[in-house]
Amino acid sequence: MQVKEYKPLIVAFCCNWCSYAGADLAGNNRLNYPADVKIIRVPCSCRVNPMFILRAFQRGADGVILCGCHPGDCHYTSGNYYTRRRMAMLFSMLDYLGIERERTRVEWVSAAEGAKFAATMNEFVEAVSALGENKRLEDLRCKR
Amino acid sequence: MQKITREQLLDRAVALLSDGTVNSVLGWQKGEFDYDVTPHIFKSADELKEGFVWNDFCYANFSKYLVLKTDRIEGKLLVFLKPCDTYSFNQLLTEHRFDREKVYAIGVGCEGMVDVNKLKAAVDGISSIEATEEGLKVTTIYDDEPTVVAIENVLLERCVNCKSKKHVAYDELMGEEGEIIDSARFDEVAALEAMTADERFAFWQNELSKCIRCNACRDACPACTCENCVFNNPNSGVETKAPVTSFEEQMFHIIRAYHVAGRCTDCGECSRVCPQNIPLHLLNRKFIKDINECYGDYQAGEEVGMRAPLVDYTLEDLEPGEVLNRRGEDA
Repeated sequence: MQVKEYKPLIVAFCCNWCSYAGADLAGNNRLNYPADVKIIRVPCSCRVNPMFILRAFQRGADGVILCGCHPGDCHYTSGNYYTRRRMAMLFSMLDYLGIERERTRVEWVSAAEGAKFAATMNEFVEAVSALGENKRLEDLRCKR
Repeated sequence: MQKITREQLLDRAVALLSDGTVNSVLGWQKGEFDYDVTPHIFKSADELKEGFVWNDFCYANFSKYLVLKTDRIEGKLLVFLKPCDTYSFNQLLTEHRFDREKVYAIGVGCEGMVDVNKLKAAVDGISSIEATEEGLKVTTIYDDEPTVVAIENVLLERCVNCKSKKHVAYDELMGEEGEIIDSARFDEVAALEAMTADERFAFWQNELSKCIRCNACRDACPACTCENCVFNNPNSGVETKAPVTSFEEQMFHIIRAYHVAGRCTDCGECSRVCPQNIPLHLLNRKFIKDINECYGDYQAGEEVGMRAPLVDYTLEDLEPGEVLNRRGEDA
């Protein structure tokens, strides 16, 4: 019998104005990052409702990463400052409920940082792969 | 036993009703048993004299009732507020949830309220309860001699760790002006934080899997005042009870606590109303503790018009990773 190789499912929320362009740049520069990363484009990192992240986990994501503009560089002036507080509180709560810390991350990636985008994703996928499947946050009703 | 007597409150309420200052009174009404005291709108002095009570079982926080009642009632409403209720009162005012002009608030000194579940666990078959200096004199259906229960042993969790005896809002105060108390309310959260991730997961799965999704915590919470709740959506798949092994209950409770983060005054109503006795205040207090540690001490509802920490920022805020690892990698 063939054993299926474990491939993590990573959801990356990327800000339209920086990280999404950063991902583009990584592609243009032929930088490798794993295909396990599924990018969801958002208008600003602060568009990401904490529920989105929990929902992604519930539907079977093994890791969720949120990428936005560097603090001070937000296209809408201050969106990412709110994100910073919100996500700090959410991640701290997930940790409090016993969820592995490595499954969630916030990174600031600008449009010029294609290399950083690729490196961040490689590192994140590696960290999540080491943890294995997400058992604690999944909802069996959402399994196909 | 409460220092303020029922008669004091009753006299004042009747006086305010008769001189026309208020049109109705939001107070506590005696239920079927001595321990089930329920909120009620009294319209007349006679009704008040018959049904109004003030004792160790007046745990309901009236602040949330103002949101709907001030819209529907003609004239002013008299409301009795315990110190912890006044924080919710201020917080709702900050959020413009009710009309201050339509409310006449009387601050009532509070000596702590009784947890009915604790009392029932201590004494079986309660038929009547009388408050005395020594404690609660409980008469049971099994015994002619009343059992005396010390009130310290049956206090609500929120009263054991009472954060303030000070009223932060009132038109009139009955009783003495209290003090803010330096309570040990975060000790339990700290104990949980000191556990390993596996222990915490086991603890919360054990607690939250008891949840029956009755939504009582949401309905009683003075900070949860959205008219259309995210959990009311029948198409979301999150409005019903899920298998215990799934993430559903955790998700509901994370989001419930998250939606009130920075606005929660730690009034403890969620844990009190929970029919399954889930310690929900531990989730809210975790957020309060984190906010205090990362963004400076903040007590929601202390003053009207304060900016909640999650709708505010500074340029030097900690990164989410730094917040997570502020006590070291494994802590």
